[in-house]
Amino acid sequence: MSAIEISGLSKSYRIGFWRKRPVVALKPLHLVVEEGEVFGYLGPNGAGKTTTLKLLMGLIFPSGGSARILGMEIDDPRMKAMIGFLPEQPYFYDYLTAPELLEYYAQLSGVPAHERRRRVQTMLERVGLPDVGRLQLRKFSKGMLQRVGIAQAILHDPKVVFLDEPMSGLDPMGRREVRDLMLGLKQEGKTIFFSTHILSDAEALCDRVAVLHKGELRGVGAVADLTAATHARVEVLWHGLEALPAVAALGAECHPTGESVRAVLAEEQVDAVLDALRRHTARLVSVTPVRTTLEDYFVEKLAPTPAEMAR
Amino acid sequence: MSARIAHIAFNTFREAVRDRVLYNLILFALLLVGASLLVGQISIGIERIVIINLGLTAISLFGVAIAIFIGIGLVSKEIEKKTLYTILSRPVRRWEFIVGKFGGLAWTLIVNTLLMAIGFFAALLYSAGGFSGSDLWLLVAIYFIVLQFIVVTALALLFSAFSSPTLSAVFTLALFVIGTFAEDLRAFAAMTQGATRWLATGVAYLVPNFAALNVISSVAHGQSVAGALVFYNTVYSLFYAAAAVSGAVLIFDRRNLK
Amino acid sequence: MPLTSRSRVTATFGLLLATSLLISAFTVHRLDALRAGATLEEVLYIPSAKALKRMSLGYDGLLADLYWTRVVQYFGRKHHAHAMQYKLLKPLLDITTTLDPQLLVAYEFGSIFLAQQPPEGAADPQGAVELVERGIRENPNHWRLYYSLGFIHYVERQDYQAAAEAFERGSRVPGAHPWMKIMAATMAQHGGDIQTARFLWSRIYESTEDNMIKANAVRRLRALQVDEEVPFLEHLVRLFRERTGRQPARWAELVSAGMLRGTPVDPLGHPYRLMPDGRVEVQSPEDLPFIRYGLPPGQKPSTFFPPESK
Repeated sequence: MSAIEISGLSKSYRIGFWRKRPVVALKPLHLVVEEGEVFGYLGPNGAGKTTTLKLLMGLIFPSGGSARILGMEIDDPRMKAMIGFLPEQPYFYDYLTAPELLEYYAQLSGVPAHERRRRVQTMLERVGLPDVGRLQLRKFSKGMLQRVGIAQAILHDPKVVFLDEPMSGLDPMGRREVRDLMLGLKQEGKTIFFSTHILSDAEALCDRVAVLHKGELRGVGAVADLTAATHARVEVLWHGLEALPAVAALGAECHPTGESVRAVLAEEQVDAVLDALRRHTARLVSVTPVRTTLEDYFVEKLAPTPAEMAR
Repeated sequence: MSARIAHIAFNTFREAVRDRVLYNLILFALLLVGASLLVGQISIGIERIVIINLGLTAISLFGVAIAIFIGIGLVSKEIEKKTLYTILSRPVRRWEFIVGKFGGLAWTLIVNTLLMAIGFFAALLYSAGGFSGSDLWLLVAIYFIVLQFIVVTALALLFSAFSSPTLSAVFTLALFVIGTFAEDLRAFAAMTQGATRWLATGVAYLVPNFAALNVISSVAHGQSVAGALVFYNTVYSLFYAAAAVSGAVLIFDRRNLK
Repeated sequence: MPLTSRSRVTATFGLLLATSLLISAFTVHRLDALRAGATLEEVLYIPSAKALKRMSLGYDGLLADLYWTRVVQYFGRKHHAHAMQYKLLKPLLDITTTLDPQLLVAYEFGSIFLAQQPPEGAADPQGAVELVERGIRENPNHWRLYYSLGFIHYVERQDYQAAAEAFERGSRVPGAHPWMKIMAATMAQHGGDIQTARFLWSRIYESTEDNMIKANAVRRLRALQVDEEVPFLEHLVRLFRERTGRQPARWAELVSAGMLRGTPVDPLGHPYRLMPDGRVEVQSPEDLPFIRYGLPPGQKPSTFFPPESK
């Protein structure tokens, strides 16, 4: 059983005064996320990431297709007890204090009465808000609200956690803390599905990613695989200029700096280059694979499809 | 299930209690009750009548104002502010949310009425020096006012489930005014013919029957209230409110949130 | 199709909605029956019509219309139940005309409701006169009000002089109907005459569009016919006795004597009954309200008539 199974889920709206023009927010989506994965849902603004999350949370209803979380239907309360959700730019009841809010959420999530207070306190400490007891939420800063948001998403120990742009609006310190939190959740064996348009975060955290653009899935895969370039390249660093012509003759890009040379060459050529270096008794410093970044992959996937070009 | 509804109701009550609008309205109502004491002293001989008329009318009207002010935001505000996102992603069914909200607001109004009633009886006690037998009927009148609140709340909730706060307020207020003249509307319908008669009668029966819930002027004159009236008014208010809340559930269950 | 939780919710609350609406509608019905007249009773508690006008915040016209609807409803209900008392009529009319002094229909119809004898009305001709006089003060150029006034004085109070004055005042209003003058003159000279009455009721019958008033005028005209024919027939019977020295037993005898052309029938088509003592009676007095002659001895002129009579 997968953690999340999306089968052809789609959503279109009818807008306009007479509600005639359909706007497709999400084209039929097929996606599977396994338990224990950290899954990044990438895409520019307006791609349909939030729409997907709202569909999964049952906040809006699909125009077609279906989805299952932990093997159960979207509207199954048993399933909802096992998931947590942090919306983008969350807004909470601002007349409540943080403990009151979390206690309320704990009640609704079915946390047993005798556990609630302890759980709430633990959560507040975990997200770095140990002393906000009496302060009403309307007085919280954005960063503090985000932490409360994470707290409410995990306080009932869910198996799957959904986060919509969890880093948005945070300063670098805040983002670091959120990242650490997410890694901590991963270590607890939780599945994390989060959407973002910040690729460096995704690259650092995710096992797999999907790229969404204009409501359409453009690519899915493990980060490692995606960043292993189709044209795998290798960087070789050595001392000794004598080998340079031989290496260059093999077709490598060479960049000498004083006595050191840095060359970038195709993976297939590594053995030949190393032979050349040995023949010329150069001193090898390092052999490092050069990876494309996730950004390259992302930009590539966002390029217009032939269909779009033809339009 | 019922635990969740109770929790939602309590949270709704808590929200209302922390809302400043509530206190202003209660204050106004109590001021009016106090003013009735003054007015009563000016018009000799009808002091008690004035206090009861003015006092109960104040409680009734301000309570309706509270019910509308808070009721219209029950659902639409939560959708606007997206506070519902983190609620509905929990094991809370949509209908539990609606029922809980209704319960919370109804409870708020009952507590309100209690407070205002205490102020009212205090004023009455002060002017009359003691309680009399016919004061029992005042309690019945106040009970009817509470039933009225329950109906208004249910209507405000219904409108809040599908329209904006402003429109909800307009609709609810309009229905309150029309409902006050519901009996006359039915009399008018009986005087028409044909298709108009069907339409008018249908509307006249659908409209909330607030006329029957207002016994203020008769209890002011010491009249008693028939037991049958109490029974039927109770049945009516509870079932009418149930209908409105059911409507709200059916609408909200299908609503795509922004 | 599997019973999803959404369809379970829909079914449950849909059922609850339908049932609740039905129960509510039924309860409203019971409440209306319980409270019949209760809203109107509150009229007694309103301190004064003027206070109500002030409280209406300028919407007095609308409120007047509302109260007029209540007057009609109240009167209709009481009338249908053949009530003998209409105690709320005066306060309701008072409020209606204070709220909107130009609501002519309230004076015209309201005065009729007030003036007539029970169960047709509240038997308060004096109150009716006061109401119309007030209407005239507020609307001096509406001749129909003087007509209503004259009508009340004539029919309900038999005060022919006052009636004549009312018709006279009305005849001077520009645009008044020409026969106002005729009525004034006739009333003064021949107030008690049957011809006058016949003239009045015929005018009413022709000029009104209201079915209830038309029917009433017909009844009045029939009664006038009876009140003319019965004394005349009794006079013929006396003549016969003088000539022949005995009481006639049947109308045929008078026909043979050349005094009648055929059996006399009343306005409903039933033959008059010739009594042994020489009196003439109508066959069914219950069907002929307002008649003063042709009644069995001891029976007073009636205004009561069975529900479905025409």
